[in-house]
Amino acid sequence: MSMSRDEVRKALIDSILDVAPEADFTQVRPDRPVRGQIDIDSFDFLTILENLHEKIGVDVPESDYGKMMTLDGSVDYLVRRLAEGSVG
Amino acid sequence: MPSLGADMEDGTFVEWHVEPGQDVTRGQVICVVETQKGAIDVEIWEGGVLAKLTASPGQKIPVGQVMALVATGGEDWKSIAAAAPSPPPSGEPRPETPGRETIQRAAAVVAASGAVPRSSKRLKVSPAARRRAQELGIDLAAVKPSGTLGAISIADVELAAAAKKPPDRQAAMRAAIAAAMSRSNREIPHYYLATEINVERALTWLEKRNAAVPIGARALFAAVELKAVALALRETPELNGFYESGAFRPGPGMHLGVAVSLRGGGLVAPALHDVDKLSLADLMARLKDLLRRARSGQLRSSEMSDPTITVTNLGDLGVETVFGVIYPPQVALVGIGRSTMKPCVIDGAIVPARVVHATISADHRVSDGMRGARFLVELDRLLQQPEGLT
Repeated sequence: MSMSRDEVRKALIDSILDVAPEADFTQVRPDRPVRGQIDIDSFDFLTILENLHEKIGVDVPESDYGKMMTLDGSVDYLVRRLAEGSVG
Repeated sequence: MPSLGADMEDGTFVEWHVEPGQDVTRGQVICVVETQKGAIDVEIWEGGVLAKLTASPGQKIPVGQVMALVATGGEDWKSIAAAAPSPPPSGEPRPETPGRETIQRAAAVVAASGAVPRSSKRLKVSPAARRRAQELGIDLAAVKPSGTLGAISIADVELAAAAKKPPDRQAAMRAAIAAAMSRSNREIPHYYLATEINVERALTWLEKRNAAVPIGARALFAAVELKAVALALRETPELNGFYESGAFRPGPGMHLGVAVSLRGGGLVAPALHDVDKLSLADLMARLKDLLRRARSGQLRSSEMSDPTITVTNLGDLGVETVFGVIYPPQVALVGIGRSTMKPCVIDGAIVPARVVHATISADHRVSDGMRGARFLVELDRLLQQPEGLT
């Protein structure tokens, strides 16, 4: 799948909004941990990853959760995964 | 009207899913009731043939009042329906097939709380008021005119719109929580115990399991903890059940109330039934379903009334230790904090390991600290053997 950085970012934000519809991304600092800025518990986080898997086909293993802390970091990680073609 | 929790005094009827003459089986969802904790799908607790539906949309019904009559054991539902007294008066006659629209209208009628002009007579409405009503989604038939000529003005429409606004859900839920927790602190002599549990093995085991399955089949550690709590309760049944009328009644199963915090505030603790008998995969699937429905306000009556003990798990973002307030008439509450990496002494060596603080708040009228301690020790033992929690 070929996706631009902006498309990946949009897919990520849409996945978060499905879980936290009240989140205001104009107020979210992209370089700070997302989960402190929006109330996201471990169940919400898993749901966001399931949404993301459905939207862009990337299955984020638990061992990579640490790379999904900030919005910017998450987009970097997802773009890299897509470029590697590790889609499943 | 069933009691959907100790703090519930009444519920507002929303809609029927069934009709008179219809066969119903125990556990079937037959109607929806609005409570302080959201709209609840009410399951019927007795099977038979529905004879008469007495509750109507918009009606506020106290706990214990009749909502429907059911013919059981071969009784003739028609003669039961004929013999039954008429339903209590409400704002509007019960529609034959209630749908969303009629419910909204009924709600508006109740909210306007006055004599309602029947729409059979042509309404006197100024064009501006008619336009405003359309904008606000107000049914003009439900608006009470204030003018001497009986014409509906813009002000009347806006008044009706303000009255139609749903009551403040946040405030209602806070009041419900306050009532239940005040009763708990007033009536229940709590005792509190805490212990630190090394969960390194259990987490490592879970991480390995999750790495081998697709994302949809991944389990949260909360599910593992729930399973361990349910199994540990087998050792200490006096922590699982209800204190009612001066006596303890053991729970009919391990129905764990899972404390769920809601977006925007508030809390519900619906039941996951028979957790001790579920496989971890089933438990996780049910937990997901329950959390989703709890957050979207689609819980069932049995989930509200059945919990035999509550578990609060503040997850991986919260604090290390939580001591809960027991939800009456339950007799215990288990709290599990977030896991943290700590230096632990194992076989004489200091090693880093992830630990959680597990606590229990329990009712001294039913059990003593020795029993509560036994539960926590058993919980620890079970979490050291995660293979047994599948």
